[in-house]
Amino acid sequence: MTAPDADRRVGGPAIATVALTRRFGDLTAVADVSLTVPYEEIFGLIGSNGAGKSTLIKMLTTLLPPSSGEARVCGFDVRREAAEVRRHIGYVQQLLSADGALTGYENLLLSARLYAIPRHQRAARIAEALEMTELTDAADRLVHHYSGGMIRRLEIAQSMIHHPQVLMMDEPTVGLDPMARRAVHDHVRKLRESLGMTIFITTHDMSEADELCDRIALMHHGRIDIIGTPAALKAEVGPRATLDDVFAHFIGVEIEPGGGYREARRARRSARERRQ
Amino acid sequence: MTASEAIAGYGIQMLGVADAELRKLRHDATEMATRAVQPALWLLLFGSVMERVRGLSGASGASYLNFLGPGILAQSVLFVAIFYGINTIWERDAGILNRYLVSPAPRSALVLGKALSSTVRGLSQAVVVYILSLALGIEVSFAPGNLAAVLFFIALGAGLFSTFSVVIACLVRTRERFLGIGQVLTMPIFFASNAIYPIRLMPRWLQIISRLNPLTYEVDALRKFMLRMPGGRLTVTTDLAVLVIALAVLVAIAARLYPRMGE
Ligand SMILES: Nc1ncnc2c1ncn2[C@@H]1O[C@H](COP(=O)(O)OP(=O)(O)O)[C@@H](O)[C@H]1O
Ligand SMILES: [Mg+2]
Repeated sequence: MTAPDADRRVGGPAIATVALTRRFGDLTAVADVSLTVPYEEIFGLIGSNGAGKSTLIKMLTTLLPPSSGEARVCGFDVRREAAEVRRHIGYVQQLLSADGALTGYENLLLSARLYAIPRHQRAARIAEALEMTELTDAADRLVHHYSGGMIRRLEIAQSMIHHPQVLMMDEPTVGLDPMARRAVHDHVRKLRESLGMTIFITTHDMSEADELCDRIALMHHGRIDIIGTPAALKAEVGPRATLDDVFAHFIGVEIEPGGGYREARRARRSARERRQ
Repeated sequence: MTASEAIAGYGIQMLGVADAELRKLRHDATEMATRAVQPALWLLLFGSVMERVRGLSGASGASYLNFLGPGILAQSVLFVAIFYGINTIWERDAGILNRYLVSPAPRSALVLGKALSSTVRGLSQAVVVYILSLALGIEVSFAPGNLAAVLFFIALGAGLFSTFSVVIACLVRTRERFLGIGQVLTMPIFFASNAIYPIRLMPRWLQIISRLNPLTYEVDALRKFMLRMPGGRLTVTTDLAVLVIALAVLVAIAARLYPRMGE
C-alpha cells in the first residue's frame, strides 16, 4: 500500500472549522462549532441522538451547505472548493449506502470509477480494498445477501479505494454485534497506520471512543465546548472516572443512545429487500 | 489536472454510473420482460380499432398502422423513461445517492450516466415493438442506416424523458407524490403529440402544445427511419436540434437539483 503522499497535503490541519453553523428553520442543529483536527489523528465526535453529529459531518463532506461559518478540509473550503474536498475525503455514512442490487466487486468498481481511478490501477485498488476488509471471498455475491457487518466493511472498502487523506465515519458501528464492531475498529486503526489517514468518527458509544480515539469532542444541542484526549478529560473528573462520567459531568446529562440503531436497521433491510 | 485528464475522468465517471445500472438490469432481467406487455397491447387493441377510422391515415394515404408504429415505439420508450426518477428517490431513501454525491464526479456526469443507462432500457423496448410491427404487417425498414438512426433517436428520447423524470423526482422528493405526478404527466405528453394522430386533426390550442412537446420531434424522426416509406413532416435537423437542446437543458437543470436530494 502507498500512503497518501504527504506533498498532496496543503499546509494546515486536516479539518478546520470556524463558527460553523447549520439551521433547519428555527432549529439550530450545529451551533458555532470551531475545531481543528491535525493530520493522522483519530478524532471522535461524541453526543446523544440528535446532538448534531450527522449534520456536522454532512457539512464537512459537502453534502449539506452551512448556514454560516467556515469549514476547510485538507485546506479546501467546503463551499467554494467542494470538488477538491470530495477528492480528498472518504465518507461512511450513518445509513447504509452500499447498493444491494450489485455485488461487492461491482460496488467497488463503481466507486473506483466515480473517483476516476485510471483503468490500469483499478484492479489493484479493488483487490487491495477487498483484502483489507476481508471481503475477497464474498466479492462476487450480491450485497443484499451480506450481513450488516459485511456491508459496513464493504462501505469502508468503498470509501478508502481512492486513498483519501481524511475518512469521515458517521456511527460506523451502530447496530453491529461485538465481533463486527471489533473488525471495524481494527480496520480504522489499520487505515491510519498503513495509509496515514486522518479519521473523523462520530459515535455515542463511550467505550468505542475511549478505545479508538486520540482526542474526542463532546457535542450537545449542536454545541461543542469540550475537546481533549480521553485520558485528560477523565483525569479532570476524577481518579476512576469513565467517559460516561465525563459526559455526565461536563454536559450535565447522561449520554443516551437513540434512533441511530433503528435507522441503520431500516437501511439494512432495504438494502436486502431490493428487488426481491 | 490537465484538460485531457479532466475529460478522461469525466468519461470514466459517466460510463461508470451507466455501467452499474446495466449490471443491475443484468442481475434482474425480469423487469425488462414485463415491460414488453404494454406496447403490445397498444398496437393490437388501439391500432386495429383505429385502423377503421377514416382520416387517421398518414398524409401519404398509407395505412394507419404504419402511422401508429413509430408513435407506439416512442410511447413505449416514454412510458419506461418517465418513471425512471423513482430510482433516484429510492436511492436517496436507501442511502445510495450520497455515495454518488460525496464523490468528485461532476453532477452532470452523474445525471448523464443515469440517462445513458436508461437508453438501454429504451432499446430493449424497440426490439419488442419491431417484432410486433412485423407481425402486424407494418412496413418496417431494416436498412442498416435506418436501424442505426432509429436506435439513436430512441436513445435520445429515453435519455431526455428519464432526465425529465429525475428533475420531477428532485422536485417532489417522495415516492407517493412522484407516482401520482408520473401518471398525470404521461398522458398529456403522449396525447398532446403526433404519436397517435396527425397534428393537423387537433384543435388549435392542442396543436401549439404538441409543437412544444419533444415527443412530437422524436416521433417525427422515427417516422422517417422506421418505415420503408419515410414519413414525418419536419427535417431531421429540426428534430435533432430540438431533442438535443431539450436534453441539454434538462441535464443542466437536473445537475443543479440532484445534490439537493442528498440533504
Ligand atoms: N434535514 C433536516 N431537516 C430538519 N431537521 C433536521 C434535518 N437533519 C437533522 N435535523 C435535526 O437536527 C438535529 C440534529 O440531527 P443530527 O445531526 O442527525 O443529530 P445526530 O447525528 O447527532 O443524531 C436533530 O434535532 C434533527 O432532528
Ligand atoms: Mg446521526
